[in-house]
Amino acid sequence: MTGISAIGPALGFWRNVRVRRFAIQTAFLGLVAAFGYYLFDQARDLELGFDFLDGRAGFDISHQFGTSYGPNDRRLDLYLAGIVNTIRLAGVGIILATLLGLVAGVARLSGNWLVSRLALVYVETVRNTPLLVQIIFWYIAVFLQLPRISDSINLPPDTISVLPFIEIPFISFDFAFLSVRGLALPWATTEDGFGLWLILLFIAAAAAVAVRFWRAQRQERTGQPSHPTWWLLGTFALIAFLGFAIAGFPLDLDRPEVGERSYDGGIRVTAEFAALLVALVTYTGAFIAEIVRGSLQAVPKGQTEASAAVGLNPFQRLSLVTLPQALRIMIPPITSQYLNLTKNSSLAVAIAFPELVGVSRTIINNTGQTIPMFLIVMATYLLMSLIISLVMNTIHSRFTLETR
Amino acid sequence: MKTKWLLIGVALITAVLAIGAIACGDDNDDDNGDTNANATQTDDTMDDATGDTLADVIARGSLICGVNDGVPGFGFLEADGSSSGFDTDFCRAIAAAVLGDSEAVEFVILTAAARFEALAAGEIDVLVRNTTWTQSRDGDLNGTFATITFYDGQGMMVRVADGITSIDDMAGTTVCVLQGTTTELNLADRFAAGGLDYTPLTFEENGPLEAAFTAEACDGWTSDKSQLAARRSTYAGEGGPESLVILDETFSKEPLGPVTRDGDTQWSDIVNWVVIGMITADEKGITSANVADFIADPGEAETARLLGVGFEGGEVADLGLGLDPDFMQAVLSQIGNYDEVYQANITPIGIPREGTLNASWLNGGLIYAPPTR
Repeated sequence: MTGISAIGPALGFWRNVRVRRFAIQTAFLGLVAAFGYYLFDQARDLELGFDFLDGRAGFDISHQFGTSYGPNDRRLDLYLAGIVNTIRLAGVGIILATLLGLVAGVARLSGNWLVSRLALVYVETVRNTPLLVQIIFWYIAVFLQLPRISDSINLPPDTISVLPFIEIPFISFDFAFLSVRGLALPWATTEDGFGLWLILLFIAAAAAVAVRFWRAQRQERTGQPSHPTWWLLGTFALIAFLGFAIAGFPLDLDRPEVGERSYDGGIRVTAEFAALLVALVTYTGAFIAEIVRGSLQAVPKGQTEASAAVGLNPFQRLSLVTLPQALRIMIPPITSQYLNLTKNSSLAVAIAFPELVGVSRTIINNTGQTIPMFLIVMATYLLMSLIISLVMNTIHSRFTLETR
Repeated sequence: MKTKWLLIGVALITAVLAIGAIACGDDNDDDNGDTNANATQTDDTMDDATGDTLADVIARGSLICGVNDGVPGFGFLEADGSSSGFDTDFCRAIAAAVLGDSEAVEFVILTAAARFEALAAGEIDVLVRNTTWTQSRDGDLNGTFATITFYDGQGMMVRVADGITSIDDMAGTTVCVLQGTTTELNLADRFAAGGLDYTPLTFEENGPLEAAFTAEACDGWTSDKSQLAARRSTYAGEGGPESLVILDETFSKEPLGPVTRDGDTQWSDIVNWVVIGMITADEKGITSANVADFIADPGEAETARLLGVGFEGGEVADLGLGLDPDFMQAVLSQIGNYDEVYQANITPIGIPREGTLNASWLNGGLIYAPPTR
């Protein structure tokens, strides 16, 4: 170093690190601004009107839940029915995928060789094949193989075969039917007094929460296990049942019957919905299982050892010590799996389940309004994703370790 | 050293983005001005091509015909690479009329979306690809439709075993339907007109739809009748094609025919009169087998004009299409009349000619030839 003069020829200003950073950031900002302007400029030429949503739809959609919109309703109404379908698919899917993921994730860490291998095979098979292929597989290879409607399976079965040649008559009360047209289940129809019962249910919920609070306080004060959750459920069930009697039994059982070409009465879980649900749940469940496994393994080993030392059994160790700590780690990645499940439900169009993308495609075909409709679809998914994220972030903040 | 590479990297990314932006810009311009772009293109080609298609085809020595490759019976690409079907036979007939050789055809396989652009851009001489004649295609897309070769329409396919004989028997049924421009709308209109409730199962692709229909997840399958017939002919479910029936009723109008570019009336007339000539030959009973007899002895004046021969010592009449007056001789001897083309291609897929709109007007259908004089 000594041989080199510190004061050499003046360095160019471009050798100054601050100048460079400023230049690079300005250039990047300029690019972003130019791209934004370009998009704006393109959009200006488009006539973006949304009036077509008020027009007569002209088509029908199946699988409506709680609505019966038809050709004479507005396109917007049918689109809303599509959104309802997406929500119920995603809602049920998220709950089941979480349960499946928890079980499979814990099973991966099981000491039982068979259980952990089975979980491994499930996770690796499902995680490494495309979802669309799985959806079509479940639909065509599993659910479409059910018998035709005229050969519907009675549930529970009329007879039970003990040995191949002995058949014992079983309770025969045509509770449910299963065929390629779906699973027909009894459903409740409301009668007078239902409103009163709803009010009583609300009171039951409030009372149950209060009782739970009291039991939880007691547990904290006395140190005695006071089972607040059981008390919560018990209180709710008791008041709900009494209220049901007080209101005069306001629900009637609507049993399905096998018609010539459709089921009459009851509700129907269709093959399309079932195939989608199973595909989405098993697919997302596999990813959640890996998250659960990783999160459990991230809990320090000392925690398990310490809980064993104070005499907790394996189930208590998991449910009281390791799982609550792992939750903190697993919620953010699980949130993104929930978002994936919701967005993946758009693949439903392949097997004729009319969720929002399926309905919007029909609207686009009929009106040619591709860009406005896609903007609406994007906005709908964005809104749903933001709501899921908001809920999950709220839950996460309650589990965050409070540090000072 | 590090910063130098960083700068080079930033410069490269900028360059890539800039190129990308230019490329995107071009794409979007095309997309936005869709129909307008087509119109201008057509105007350009019109200047070049007015009255020239015939000369171009003769100079080239072959006809370029836009066809389908996936509808058995209409336009289908065979395993050996050749095209076969009702539509492709009309291409061959036009080649026979213009060039005297029904094999002098180059088939260009086109998608539904690309067909009118290909026609407008002059990539093909004539489009014969299950194309429905509509006002906007005649107007906006600058096509000229020749005589209708096939009256198609949306229909319903059901299982014979279900005992459904008309759409009015279909109350409470489930119907499988493919997403299309108007398919779902026609279906809803027809069931509403009959006051029938039904459940649509709307699919995006034919594969899962056929699987659902085969598994009896739906009672009916609706689409254009030609498509239903093609699917029925290859039905692999229990009982095969015989277990399915396409109901007689047609609940939308889909008239199909050859299309040429606007602005070349001579060429449009040639295409039109080749089709009409084949229909006329059918009305007169002139087939590929007996055409030689009629050439030797036409028997009446209109047959003589059709075949371009003299009648009772009279002169050969030139009716002014710009072709040799005997152009139909090659068509009829190499391809045959309308009925022969129909029987060879469409009857095998299960749409008989008798009793449908595609029967001759002499038998109560709509296939009718204007007079040759």
